[in-house]
Amino acid sequence: MESVNTQIQQVPKYDKTDDTIVFGFWVYLMTDCVLFAALFAVYAVLHNNTFGGPDGAQIFSPSYVLVETIALLTSSFTCGIGLISAYNMQKNRVIGWFSVTFLLGLSFVVMEVAEFSHLIHSGDSFKRSAFLSSYFTLVGTHGLHVTVGLIGMLILIIRIYTKGLTKASVRRLTLLSLFWHFLDIIWIFIFTIVYMLGFS
Amino acid sequence: MSILGKLSINAFPHDVITLGGAIMMIVAILIGIFYVTYTKRWHWLWSEWITTTDHKKIGVMYIFVSIVMGLRGFADVLLMRVQQATSVGSSHGILSANHFQQIFSAHGVIMIFFVAMGFLFGIINLVLPLQIGSRDVAFPFLNATSFWLFSAGMVLMNASLIIGNFTYAGWLSYPPLSELKYSPGVGVDYWIWSLQVAGLGSLLSGINFLVTIIKLRCKGMTLMRMPLFTWSVFGTMVLVILAFPILTVTLALLYLDRTVGTHFFTASGGGNMMMYVNLIWSWGHPEVYILVLPSFGIFSEVVSVFSRKRLFGYRSMVWAIWAIVVLSFIVWLHHFFTMGAGSNVNAFFGMMTMIIAVPTGVKIFNWLFTMFGGRIKFNASMIYFLGFIFLFTLGGVAGVMMAVPAIDYQLHNSLFLVAHFHTMIVSGVLFGDFIGIMYWFPKIFGFKLIDFYGRVAAYLWIIGFIVAFGPLYILGFMGATRRLDHYPAYTGWQSLFIVAGIGVGIIAIALVFQFLQLIISYIKKNENFDTTGDPWDGRTLEWSTSSPPPHFNYAILPEVESRDAFWEEKQRTDKNVQDKKYEDIPVVKNTPLAMYIGAMACIFGFCAVWHIWWLLALSLLTIIVLIMIRTTDEETEYVIPASEVAEIDKKVQWKV
Repeated sequence: MESVNTQIQQVPKYDKTDDTIVFGFWVYLMTDCVLFAALFAVYAVLHNNTFGGPDGAQIFSPSYVLVETIALLTSSFTCGIGLISAYNMQKNRVIGWFSVTFLLGLSFVVMEVAEFSHLIHSGDSFKRSAFLSSYFTLVGTHGLHVTVGLIGMLILIIRIYTKGLTKASVRRLTLLSLFWHFLDIIWIFIFTIVYMLGFS
Repeated sequence: MSILGKLSINAFPHDVITLGGAIMMIVAILIGIFYVTYTKRWHWLWSEWITTTDHKKIGVMYIFVSIVMGLRGFADVLLMRVQQATSVGSSHGILSANHFQQIFSAHGVIMIFFVAMGFLFGIINLVLPLQIGSRDVAFPFLNATSFWLFSAGMVLMNASLIIGNFTYAGWLSYPPLSELKYSPGVGVDYWIWSLQVAGLGSLLSGINFLVTIIKLRCKGMTLMRMPLFTWSVFGTMVLVILAFPILTVTLALLYLDRTVGTHFFTASGGGNMMMYVNLIWSWGHPEVYILVLPSFGIFSEVVSVFSRKRLFGYRSMVWAIWAIVVLSFIVWLHHFFTMGAGSNVNAFFGMMTMIIAVPTGVKIFNWLFTMFGGRIKFNASMIYFLGFIFLFTLGGVAGVMMAVPAIDYQLHNSLFLVAHFHTMIVSGVLFGDFIGIMYWFPKIFGFKLIDFYGRVAAYLWIIGFIVAFGPLYILGFMGATRRLDHYPAYTGWQSLFIVAGIGVGIIAIALVFQFLQLIISYIKKNENFDTTGDPWDGRTLEWSTSSPPPHFNYAILPEVESRDAFWEEKQRTDKNVQDKKYEDIPVVKNTPLAMYIGAMACIFGFCAVWHIWWLLALSLLTIIVLIMIRTTDEETEYVIPASEVAEIDKKVQWKV
């Protein structure tokens, strides 16, 4: 425990502007939360409007989604470890852990795109019914957010690799982790409301 | 599909009035460019305004854009009034039905998004950091970006006049009319993207000001010591943060319906068009309070200063704001009682709507009690304020009437409703903005506006408003619905429509006086310099610094010990004069990046309207690169050394 404490001592001190930026980012996340809330509401209204098309139970594959979920949740864990390494100013570990996070996130996105393209090619695209429109939009918006997070992560990893761990890059990692965990929470809701309730 | 998407030569205007409008706009832009070139002010414009990150200048630019857009919105009013006064029986007025629809849609969009919102963010930008004793907002660059996104939305909306057309589905463009099947043109897309881009700007501003209020208050300013204007902006920004994402989603879904063929709001495919109406008003009703709350804040400041009394019932005012913030999210359904949601649902929303009148009533009484027993200065601001009390109460009572679902079934979409919400917005929002501009004008520009012209304008506005909208209440009862481009002669409505037109004429004269006030005050500014920094015997911190304030607002950050801090400071006899200890002040550098982001967002929106996908991707990529350049720039600030601060401050002190 003691060693952990001494390590935390090495956390680069935030100055007040950092504090303001992190708080501002939290507020931004809350606006994003409202955005997803609206999309969830739309899904809740439309999820029975299958218009003769398939419903959730017919198109979702539980095991596939479970793998996706595990990939994303694990990436959240590795992201957390990466951030602790950043606070300890361990550059190589930061790059390592965030690279793992990146790969896990990438595989999540790839799996999602594959799922979408499978649905579209088998004729169950977003044009088929209101249910599918809302499904694609809700899950797709989350996927888009993950993609944006991945782009940010890639840029950050490259910058840390070339310029080292500066105060600014530690701050940006903090923001990125907040974003990443937030997307994780949104996914848990998607997993529960869209997929779990869809299977049953 | 061609390289320019749906864009072709047919997009340019053909009919006379649109062409006239387009030519007028282009001529106005050319005159502006010529004037700036002739007076050799490009450099000044670029370095002082376009690249600025100073909240005061950004505020001025917001208000400038709003005034220009207000004139366009008012031109729409003139056209609509002429049309409705003349298009009766066998005469069909000056506008085609289609064009009339575009005009009332544009009027609503312009007045809400680019006039009311612009004035609001303009005044907040000018005043809020000064009022809480801060040197700038929390994120100055983001603030500039918000302004340029707002401008980008404005440009996009005006581009529709020249290239293509604007929506004719009303200012909220309900489906199914706004769906591709019934509106195949680009009008609705223009509407979607100008709102989407401007709305993103508003959302970013919302985050920025919320963080500013929470994090950047000066030492000693606890929440319950904040001026009421700051409190109301606080409430407003919470509303912005919670409401605008809903608008973003709603517009995005409508665009998906129109572009890729999803079925959110379509009549077929299992879509639900009433969901659109629910979504848009879940944003729309809070939006009403977003507009009116800052005005309430302005009234609170001004009434207290010009009655030379402490504001009555400060605590109840604060609680009223938060009651309004919460309640404004649970009344949206009163905009469509006729949807048929069932009597219980309607009853709930009807009651909530009546309840929201209570905190508003509390505020009205508090203002009146503030005036009671005060030494009232009867200037233009107070005349507007009294006009507001009178009109707002009338309009509010009309609103409570319509909150009864049974009555609403009769009045829904009638001119009674139109008269009601114009009463609320003109008296509640616009009058508040006028007062705010007159009140804080000397702080920003260093000279006072001549009150006489303001008083004339205020009386003309109030009289003109009553003449213009009184008839609409009556017409509503007579069965006239809104958005009529033509009606039969036997209805007997024409005389009342003509009276309404006369009212608009009176308002036009009021506008002339408002411009006279600006122009003559500018010419005679030597007589009206504000050398004290405190022209009104003010109560809050912004009056403690010079007029205009230096870039960094305060050479030494103020500390407060009570409400109305500056007033209390002035009353103190034991003034302890200390040696001033100046410090280095970091200031954010000017940068054109915010403007570039705005320009790219404008191109992005334009391409989304016309389906020019390659350029859309390119502009998006540019935006990402611009953001990367900004976030990787480690030297965005420069430091004004303490010695220079002292020098600037001495000059100012000498002037004071």
